[in-house]
Amino acid sequence: MPCRALALLLAAVLALLSPAPAAAQAPPAAAPAAVLEAARKEGKVVWYTSLALPSAEKVAKLFEAAYPGIKVEVNRTGSQRILQRVMQELQANIKNVDVIHTSDAGHFVLLKDKKLLARHVPSGVDVFPAGFKDKDGYYFGLRATVNVIAYNTQKVTAAEAPKTWKDLLDPKWKGKLVTAHPGYSGVISTHVLALVHLYGWEYFQQLAKNSVMLVQSAVDPSGVVASGERPVAVNGGEYTFYQAKKKGNPVEIVYPKEGVPLVVSPSAIAAFAPHPNAARLFTDFSFTKDVQQVMADSEGLYSGHPEVKYPADKPKLGELKLLAPDPEELEKRSEEIKKRFVEFFGA
Amino acid sequence: MAPREGVPRGLDRALPVWIGTALALVVLMGLPLGWLAHMSVSGESGYTLARYRDVFADPALQKALWNTVVLSFWVGVASVAVGAPLAWLTARTDVPGRGLIRGLVLASFVTPPFLGAFAWVMLAGPNAGYLNRLWRAVTGVEAPLVNIFTMPGLIFVVTIYTFPYVYIMVANTLALIASDMEEAGAILGAGRLWVALTITFPMVLPALVSGFILSVLQALALFGSPAILALPAGFHTITTQIWSLFQFPPKVEMAAAFSMPLLLATIVLLWLQKRLLGRRGYAAVGGKGGRRRVIPLGPWRYPALGACLVVMASAIFLPYGILAKAAFSKAWAQPLTWDNVTLGNFAFTFFQYSATRDAVVNTLELGLLTATVGAGLVALLAYIASRRLVFGYQVVAFLALVPVVIPGVVLAVALFIAYTRPPFVLYGTLWILFIAYLTKEMPVGYAQSDATFRGIPPDLEDAGRILGAGRLRVLGDITGPLARSGVIAAWCFIFIGVIRELSASIILFTPNTKVMSVVLFDLKEEGQFGAIAVLGLLMLALTFATVTLVQAVLGRDVLGARD
Repeated sequence: MPCRALALLLAAVLALLSPAPAAAQAPPAAAPAAVLEAARKEGKVVWYTSLALPSAEKVAKLFEAAYPGIKVEVNRTGSQRILQRVMQELQANIKNVDVIHTSDAGHFVLLKDKKLLARHVPSGVDVFPAGFKDKDGYYFGLRATVNVIAYNTQKVTAAEAPKTWKDLLDPKWKGKLVTAHPGYSGVISTHVLALVHLYGWEYFQQLAKNSVMLVQSAVDPSGVVASGERPVAVNGGEYTFYQAKKKGNPVEIVYPKEGVPLVVSPSAIAAFAPHPNAARLFTDFSFTKDVQQVMADSEGLYSGHPEVKYPADKPKLGELKLLAPDPEELEKRSEEIKKRFVEFFGA
Repeated sequence: MAPREGVPRGLDRALPVWIGTALALVVLMGLPLGWLAHMSVSGESGYTLARYRDVFADPALQKALWNTVVLSFWVGVASVAVGAPLAWLTARTDVPGRGLIRGLVLASFVTPPFLGAFAWVMLAGPNAGYLNRLWRAVTGVEAPLVNIFTMPGLIFVVTIYTFPYVYIMVANTLALIASDMEEAGAILGAGRLWVALTITFPMVLPALVSGFILSVLQALALFGSPAILALPAGFHTITTQIWSLFQFPPKVEMAAAFSMPLLLATIVLLWLQKRLLGRRGYAAVGGKGGRRRVIPLGPWRYPALGACLVVMASAIFLPYGILAKAAFSKAWAQPLTWDNVTLGNFAFTFFQYSATRDAVVNTLELGLLTATVGAGLVALLAYIASRRLVFGYQVVAFLALVPVVIPGVVLAVALFIAYTRPPFVLYGTLWILFIAYLTKEMPVGYAQSDATFRGIPPDLEDAGRILGAGRLRVLGDITGPLARSGVIAAWCFIFIGVIRELSASIILFTPNTKVMSVVLFDLKEEGQFGAIAVLGLLMLALTFATVTLVQAVLGRDVLGARD
C-alpha cells in the first residue's frame, strides 16, 4: 500500500499550502466514535519527541491531515532534555505533555516506576516483535535505528575507511572524528552502553585520545560528516546518515560486523496528559502500518511492524548483528554513562 | 488642582506611588537572590556548606572555573587592544570613513554574540570552515589556518562582539579631552607617538581600565558562545557548567552554589570599576571645553582604515555573509551554485517548523511588554532618585543597578528557584521570562533614564507645583513630555536586550514559552544550519529596525556622546 502513504504525504503537502486542512483523509484505524469526538474537543496533542525535527514535523502533518481539527504541537529536543523537561515541569506542577517519545528506553522504565505513564496498547501493535513492547502495556517502540560509523567519501576512500569500532582508536584518526553526546541523545546513551558491554570503558577512554569533536544530537554527526568538518562519525542514528546520503551528500555508512547498537525508541502517553483522547488517537495513528511505512521510506527508519518494506539499498535488521542493551540497565547506569563520558571527553 | 483641605502641608499625596514602586523593586531583586543564597547553603538538615565543598572539590568544576578566568581575562585584554586604537582613530585622527567605522562598531555592539559564534563555526571550523578551505585551496597546506573550536578561537569570537564596550568608554572620553595638553607636548618637541603614549594614554587610562572590566564582565556572563564553541572542543565554562547541572537529575543546589563565585567576581569587578571612575583625578576630563584637534595620519591613513576594516570584516561582513549564504543554500558547506540555491530553509522555518511562529510571537510579546513596563518603571525610579522623593532614594538607585552584577544564567537559577514554588508559581508562564528580562535589562534602562532626568532642571516642575499641581500631574504634564525621547530610547535599549536574550531564557523556558533565542539554540543542537541562519537573520533585522528607531528619536547614534 505505498499508494496510501503517498496519498497521505500529498495530503500533508496540501495541508501545508492551504490555510485550512484540505483533503481530509478518512481516519485510518477505526477509532471509536467517542474517542474521536472527545479528541476533537481537546483540539490538540502535545508531543515531546526526539525524532529528528523534519521527520517529526512530517508525522505531525500527516496526523493533522488525517484528523482535521486536531493540532499536533511538536516539541523536538534531545532524549535527555525531554526527560529533564518532563520532570522539571512535574516539579512545578505543570501538566503539558501528552505523548512522550525518546530514544532512551531507560526513561520509560523510570517513568513507569514513578507511575507517570498511562497504560495504552496501540491498536495493531500485537504484531510487533517482543523487543518493541513493554509487557505491561505502557510503552511501545515507535521506531528503531542502529548506531553506525559513517565517513565522508570525498575525504576518505572506502579502502581507508574504518571497518570496525576498534579501527576508530587508530591515532591516524586524531582530530578527524565526531561523536554525539549521551547527555543529550538517547540514541547515543544506548550506543555507549552497548559498546561498554563489548569493550569496557577503556574503549571510550582510548577514543577520547583522538580529540573527538563533541556535538549534541545523534542527528548532528551526519551534518558534520556531510559538510566535511570531520570526515568520520563514530556514532549517530543510521537513518540520519541514510537521509544525508539520499540527498546527494558524500556520505557512506559502515555497519561494523562486531555488531551495531540497536536503539528502539519507545512512545508512551503521560498519566497526567491534558489531552488524553487526542494522545490515544495520535499514538494509534503513529503505529499504523502506513505511518510506519512513511518513516521507513522517507526517513530511513526501522519499524517493528513486520509488513513494512525497506528500500533495497538498506540492510534488513535481520541481516545485521544487533547489540541491544536492556532498558532496565540503561536506566540504572544512566548517571554513570553521562559522568564517565564527560570525564573522558571533557564536556 | 486646588490643594485639598486636610492634607498636611509638605506631605506628598503621591507618596504611595513612589513607595510602591520602590518596594516592587526590592521584592523583584530580593526574592530570587534570597532564595539563591538559601538554596546554596541548605542541606537535608539545616544549613551546610557542603555544596560549596562539593563544588570546589570537583575537578570538572574547577576546570570550568579556570576556563572562565582564562577566557574573560584574555577577552578583556584583546578588547582593549582592539577597541582603544579604533576609538582613538575615529575620535582623533583623519582616518577615512570614520562615520562608517562607527556605524559598524555599533552593528557589532548589537549583534547577538551567539549568532556571531554560530557564523564563525561555518567560517573557521578546522575542516569545513570557509576560511580554512580557502587557505587549503590557496596554499595546499593540509593543516587548518584557524580552528575556532579552541580557547583562542572562543576568545577571538567573544572579543569581536565585546570590544565595543572599550570603544564606547574610550571614544566618549576622548571626545571630552581637549587637545591643549597634547599640543603643548607637541610644541615641546615630542613626536606624535610619544604624545599619544605619554599624554593621551594616561588621560584615557581610567576609561581603558573601565572598558577592560566591562569586557571581562561580558565574557564572564556569556552562555551562547561557549556553548557553541567550547562544548564541541570538550571544555566547559562556569555558565555552560551551571546550565548542564540542570540536566536530569537536576542539581539545582549545586548550580546555586556554583553561581556564587560568578556573582562575587562580578561584584568585585564592578566595585573596582566604580572606584576607578569615581576618583575623577583628571582635571582635563569632565568638561566639554577646549578644542579637539584632528591628528593627520599622513601616509598611514589607508593602512589604518585597512586595519579597521579587518576588524569589521571579522565582526560583521564575514559572519553576516555566511549566515545569508547558509539561509539560501541546501548545503551550507557547498558552493552557492544554482543547484544549491533554495528557499526551502525559509519555507521550513516559517511554515513547517511549528515552534517558529510561537517563538516569534512570544519574543515580540515579551519584547513589547518588558520594554513598555520596563521603560515606565525605570523612568519612575530615575525620577524618584533624581528628585529624592522617598527616604533612602540612594538605595533605589543602587537596587536598580544591582542586576548588572547578576549574570543571566545566575539570575535564571535564582528565578527558577524562587518562582517554581509558592507563593509565586510562575514557571511555565511567560511571566517568569518577563521578570527575568525586566530585571536583567533594568540597569541599562535606568542609566538612560537617569541621564534624561538629570538633564531636565527641576525649575519647571517647581513652577507647576507652585501653581498648585500635584507631583503626578507635574510628572505627566511637564516632565513627561520633556523626557519623552529619553524614555523612548530606554524602551528601545530594553527591547533590543530582550529579543536577543539567551542565557536566562535557556533555563527558564518551557515548550509553551519558547523564544527565538531558545529555538535557535535547539536548532543548533540538532545541527539545522539553514533554519538557524534564517531565524538569525530575522533577529538581526528586528534589532536593526529598533536601532534605527532609537537613532531617529535621539538624533544621534546610540554609542554615546559625540560632537
